[in-house]
Amino acid sequence: MYKHDVLIIGAGLAGLRAAVEATRLGLDVAVISKVHPVRSHSNAAQGGINAPLTDRGDDWEGHALDTIKGSDYLADQDAVEIMSSEAGDAVIELERMGVIFSRGEDGRLGTRRFGGQLVARTFFVGAITGSAILHVLYEQALKHGLNVYEEWFVTDLIIEDGRCVGVVALDIKTGTLHSIWAKTVIMAAGGAGRVFEPSTNAIICTGDGLALAWRAGVPMMDMEMVQYHPTTLARTGILLSEAARGEGAYLLNSEGDRFMLKYAPQYEELASRDVVSRSEQTEINEGRGIDGNVLLDLRHLGREFIEDRLGYLQEVAVEFLGIDLAEQPVPVRPGVHYIMGGIKTDVDGATVVPGLYAAGECANVSVHGANRLGANSLLDTVVFGRRSAVHAAEYIKSVDAGSGSDEHLNATKARIQSLMDREPNENWAAVRNYMANEMTKGIGVFRDQASMEGAKEAIRNVNERMPKIAIQNKGKVFNTDLIFTLEMEFMADVGNAIVHSALTRKESRGAHFRTDITERDDENWLKHTLAYHDPDNEDGVRVETSPVTITKWEPVKRVY
Amino acid sequence: MNSKLKVSRFDPETMGSGQRRWDEFEMDLHPSATVLDALIQIREEVDGTLALRCACRASICGSCGMRVNGEAKLVCKTRIADVAEEGATIVIEPMGNHGIIKDLVVSLDPFFDKVRQVDPYLQPDAEPEQGEFVVNNDSMENLLTAMNCIMCGACVSDCTVLEVDEAFIGPAALAKAWRFVEDPRDDQRDERLKELNEVEGGIWDCTRCFKCVEVCPKDVAPMDRIMEMRDMAIEAGNRNTSGYRHTESFSKSVKKHGRLDEARLAVESAGYTNIPRLIDLAEIGVKSVLKGKMPPIVPHKADENEKITRIFERVESERNT
Repeated sequence: MYKHDVLIIGAGLAGLRAAVEATRLGLDVAVISKVHPVRSHSNAAQGGINAPLTDRGDDWEGHALDTIKGSDYLADQDAVEIMSSEAGDAVIELERMGVIFSRGEDGRLGTRRFGGQLVARTFFVGAITGSAILHVLYEQALKHGLNVYEEWFVTDLIIEDGRCVGVVALDIKTGTLHSIWAKTVIMAAGGAGRVFEPSTNAIICTGDGLALAWRAGVPMMDMEMVQYHPTTLARTGILLSEAARGEGAYLLNSEGDRFMLKYAPQYEELASRDVVSRSEQTEINEGRGIDGNVLLDLRHLGREFIEDRLGYLQEVAVEFLGIDLAEQPVPVRPGVHYIMGGIKTDVDGATVVPGLYAAGECANVSVHGANRLGANSLLDTVVFGRRSAVHAAEYIKSVDAGSGSDEHLNATKARIQSLMDREPNENWAAVRNYMANEMTKGIGVFRDQASMEGAKEAIRNVNERMPKIAIQNKGKVFNTDLIFTLEMEFMADVGNAIVHSALTRKESRGAHFRTDITERDDENWLKHTLAYHDPDNEDGVRVETSPVTITKWEPVKRVY
Repeated sequence: MNSKLKVSRFDPETMGSGQRRWDEFEMDLHPSATVLDALIQIREEVDGTLALRCACRASICGSCGMRVNGEAKLVCKTRIADVAEEGATIVIEPMGNHGIIKDLVVSLDPFFDKVRQVDPYLQPDAEPEQGEFVVNNDSMENLLTAMNCIMCGACVSDCTVLEVDEAFIGPAALAKAWRFVEDPRDDQRDERLKELNEVEGGIWDCTRCFKCVEVCPKDVAPMDRIMEMRDMAIEAGNRNTSGYRHTESFSKSVKKHGRLDEARLAVESAGYTNIPRLIDLAEIGVKSVLKGKMPPIVPHKADENEKITRIFERVESERNT
């Protein structure tokens, strides 16, 4: 029987940071991930990690205010205070572990500017910051001999007496199901970009963690807050980092104008992401786009600078588009990138289900509110990944392990067998592609009642088709047909929570911009939406609201 | 764009180890489609049993290493149009030098075991009292070469040494080792070099075939990293290896005669006191004589070999200044 003190689901930055901490605390720790740790989507974070380093003149309150303003005042300010004040130590610690952060002339950590901030406080490794940190955390995991269930897919959480005490998981390489028992489970399973199409997200970002926790009774908070990144490639959704603009790149419309000067006179191309994406979409909608794109122009930065500081961007532009950034501007458009919403946790990562913690993109603490600042996601993962491990370590002192019964495992076995036995009918990919396209149409950069209702209908259609999805592959070893079908079920839950949360919020705030209600409404909507799994309600969802924590920054009009 | 793919299939549940089947697929693809786009389309629309790994689609996660027309590539960044003429068949196989789990999915356990073997984590004697390690930016940019490695396994797939010698640590793990040897924050440099110099399958086992440099999708150039570590190991005083003796004997011979003295090279590489190896060599020598393959005991000299000697002398004097 597999048994641990702490089981962490997901091996990206949040999961590995939690694992390193729990291991240092002397606990029996294991990480379970459907891909090898270094394949995790944290890799794709390019531009950097924010941290106000107080010993060189920055102040954490400045970063906190930028974050809160970026969030359109929906972030909980107590959580932001924690993130900003712990940021410096978190980044220094990563450096000491071996991250090869870029330096200044003095040999100390160097910075670049990022969106929504006038201070340069983003620490970086070329344009591969996420990858560079992920590989270093994996090195630390190897150093500590961390136990990793590699390529194991979690199908269910085990809940006993209201407590989370483990998981049921499928070993993808053998096709066998197992129970893994743990005194506490930390969910660090990443985002859900694949609910939309196109998306910058990896094929693995299917919202598994969100749906698993949701089914166990944890609400998903502020799920309408879906970030469209301003610079993605049209057909594939592949990301070109904000670092380009951080280093001085321009956005141009079809007339060659730097249109951001008009929308954000002070921050220009480095306004917050929701603002830049809306500005781009406005230019495109008003006929100043180029085939549905605007242009990202780096030419004035010069070849040497581009290759030294933004090498990976150049690689992507050349390999995927055949465009040399030093010679030609690249067509970009807003694309789904990140979900601010997630499993509701407190500042220690705890959810309402005892024993279940969450950190990283799947969680919502909330520090990003209605719009996340670039380079705050990596910070979120390491700060709250660590905190969730520390708190989980305290929690397990007072609890026993679960029963060890085979009941849960057997229930999952029966459920999967019935999936495998279905007669040929629907195909998961057709259902997924339909849903993802409809979600992008309905929950876009701009949305209104009708578009969101359309997405709701699409999700209903998906839920009707879901029980008919048949699995063509009858084998056990590496049966991705089965995995994708299970992921499809997770994505449908996440999509459902998104559309119902979006329909609930009757205002425009951050990424949730309604063309039919264009103003922010602090009087009625300075609130979080909480989507609960509720089989008794229509569509199986119940949306409630809860107040936003304001400490010292009263909401004011947001101008960039 | 019309494309034909020939895909290697292996199902461990119905086929014996070493067996494979070829499936052909013909499809219409976007002109800028990648090999990965094609494989995903097959998996989603034609054959849900096709097993492959992929995640980011943007050449950063390292999941989708495969052989395309015989060469290891990341299929997400390999455009169909770049590997085949319109209508020509593209052959997709799993990577080499890795055990096959199913279809295009290989086992990377041995790969990561070798990464583990080089103690792949920073080992400073002490941490700074406060703040970060203060180091030159050039030293960090230097490490970017190796930090670009995404552990996709392409170099290992096409490594010609691993094909015949499983003990070789291999290009990826050695590039990882280089990353710590070159990191000014690491205090185990000499110990690392000594180990890599002496261990079975270490830095001297590379045959400089350039294959890893050619196939690496991230320009890590593992072979260059290995060669740099050889120099560093020698400079750090690690000379009691056949690898070092081999390079010394090689250059001494060329400097002196303008040609390689093969007989002496074999003996000097082994070392004059290495009796067991010398007995082996004697045996090989006898066989060579019988087959008429024995190199001349007294080496031929190149025409005007003194010119070559002068080149050597000039390079050596430049190196010393």
